[in-house]
Amino acid sequence: MSVKEEKKNPAETAVKEKKQIAAKLIPIYIMGKRYEVPEGLTIMKAMEYAGYRFIRGCGCRGGTCGACGTVYRKPGDYKLQVALACQKTVEPGMYMAQIPFFPANRAQYEFTDLTSTPEEVFKLYPELFRCVACNACTKACPQGIEVMDAIAALKQGNIAEAARLSFDCIQCGLCTSRCFGELAQYHMFQLARRIYGAKILPRAEHLAEMIGTINEGRYDQILDELKHVKEDELKKLYQERESEPMAAGEDWKPEDTRYL
Amino acid sequence: MSVTISPKRLRREFVRKVKELSGQNLQLCYQCGMCSGNCPATSNMDLSPRQIIELARLGLEEEIANSKTVWICASCLACTVNCPRGFDLSKMMEAIRLLTLRKNIDYIRPEDISPQERCELPQIAMVSGLRKFTG
Amino acid sequence: MSLAYYPGCTLKTKARNLEEPAVASMEVLGFKLEEIPRWNCCGAVYSLAEDDLIHQVAPVRNLIRAKEQGQDKLATLCAFCFNTLKRANLLMRENGEKRDTLNSFMDEEMDYGGEVKVVHLLEVLRDEIGWGALAQKVKLPLRELKVAPYYGCTLLRPREVAIDNVENPTILREFLEALGASPVDFPESTRCCGSYQIISNPDDISEYARDIFNSALSHGAEALVLTCPLCDYNLGQGQKELMKKHNEFKEMSLFYFTQLLALALGLDPQVCHFELNYGSPGSLLREKGLLS
Repeated sequence: MSVKEEKKNPAETAVKEKKQIAAKLIPIYIMGKRYEVPEGLTIMKAMEYAGYRFIRGCGCRGGTCGACGTVYRKPGDYKLQVALACQKTVEPGMYMAQIPFFPANRAQYEFTDLTSTPEEVFKLYPELFRCVACNACTKACPQGIEVMDAIAALKQGNIAEAARLSFDCIQCGLCTSRCFGELAQYHMFQLARRIYGAKILPRAEHLAEMIGTINEGRYDQILDELKHVKEDELKKLYQERESEPMAAGEDWKPEDTRYL
Repeated sequence: MSVTISPKRLRREFVRKVKELSGQNLQLCYQCGMCSGNCPATSNMDLSPRQIIELARLGLEEEIANSKTVWICASCLACTVNCPRGFDLSKMMEAIRLLTLRKNIDYIRPEDISPQERCELPQIAMVSGLRKFTG
Repeated sequence: MSLAYYPGCTLKTKARNLEEPAVASMEVLGFKLEEIPRWNCCGAVYSLAEDDLIHQVAPVRNLIRAKEQGQDKLATLCAFCFNTLKRANLLMRENGEKRDTLNSFMDEEMDYGGEVKVVHLLEVLRDEIGWGALAQKVKLPLRELKVAPYYGCTLLRPREVAIDNVENPTILREFLEALGASPVDFPESTRCCGSYQIISNPDDISEYARDIFNSALSHGAEALVLTCPLCDYNLGQGQKELMKKHNEFKEMSLFYFTQLLALALGLDPQVCHFELNYGSPGSLLREKGLLS
């Protein structure tokens, strides 16, 4: 529905929406209490519909911040399942509770003092070795990460592999909430990714080259010119600039190659 | 050592749990002392392995709790393979350790191991140590 | 011939000097050690409590990884891993009730019933290659090298997983003989190094090390040969402590059996990573003309 239409007849729209909502209410259980909420809402919106107000346990609402980890169970199934409240839509009879935070051990360290050796992880998180490979962490990951395998990699001293496997981790902490060995997997992975990114991954050679070129003044002149261009002219330059087409191949080059 | 044996001091529940966790028949032992003789750690223990068996089957939980013996045991199984009665003492030692660890009482906490040692120790030392000493 | 292989965590860091010479040597002997995928820590120690199944999950999961690959045999190098995996395998074979519980707990994995056979590399050398055939492949006999076999615990105890006679093992002696070395028997060869007590009782560990070294020395050994990274650490560190305390204490070199194997097969000594060893293996080997 367009904004224009809504302006035309707001009252009618509201009534229509309400009718639609009223027609499809489903029961869900939030922390054990039954609520009737409209079908199709996310868990987070359903909780808000039921009257909850989030001052914590809610962040980006887009599935990337990891603030709204939720555990749920469907009727007739013993399995506990996990989801992000902002992503998962409610289903009839669902039981749920948010676990937005878990008081897991998070080691303090001065990052610049760390090396790239596996022992850095052993030193900061000795409880790593309490893992029993029960795999509850993997089952509890809303991101589908092979958490147990990544922990195995850390125990084997393979920081790069742990960083690779845990790349999609959003630090929701649900793995830890289910861990038999009381490990803080997500904090360990963050450490692994930090070490990998800063101390293991090779530096991009062309980046240093490019910075060198910039520092040598390759672009000083054009930037100076732009600084003195009038606003209208600047807008025109921007709008008429040559941009890379969406499906450009690797060998694509602009027509004006003066600044390459 | 002298101990007072009386029905008052007998902890039947303790005996039952030790039997259950270890899967061992405590009455098999005839106190020959082969376990103590073969144990490489006996000289570092306040109670010998043989004595631990006797105290355990008498239900003298306190005496055992006050002793460090089960925590000195390295599960090397020298006792197990040398017992003429087929009693697996390593399993009884484990059972007694677990009765403490399962109350969420750790014998060693990972943070008690110095950061330098955590770096130097082979992973199997950390894994096995934390399995034996933390709950 | 390909052989499924479980390394264990320590072999990827501190004990590369156990793994790398093994992989290279086995290749010379016609075996390709294929690391199983997605392996996890085996748990290092076998859980001894009747009701404690959660600690059996890790070793069983690794056995499942081998089965998934269609393997019927899994070779190990680390004595700790060997023991834990083999005992867990026996449990899965012999205890139907526990097998069912573990299988239903690991509902994301295929069922397992002990189909894979767990072997130690020494058994492969003895039973599949044979000492005679091994001796024929030796290019650099380790003549004059007086080495005492130190078995420790986990290759021999309990009885049901032992790779040799529990009271009087000879497998390492036979191995050393095949390599042309001079094995030195000593009574402490199956005595425990103290194992995981290193994290709680390091003082006791150096005491155990003293007894083991003194016994080996008094029987004329110049070095010990080992199969376990924890024995290596405990004896190596124990020796360092003893040398600090007692001036007269004579340093002894520690070798993994795979290092001696690679050396005798004439492989590049670099694959042995002697720099990771305790003692002064380099100078001992040079003295014997085994290293230039």
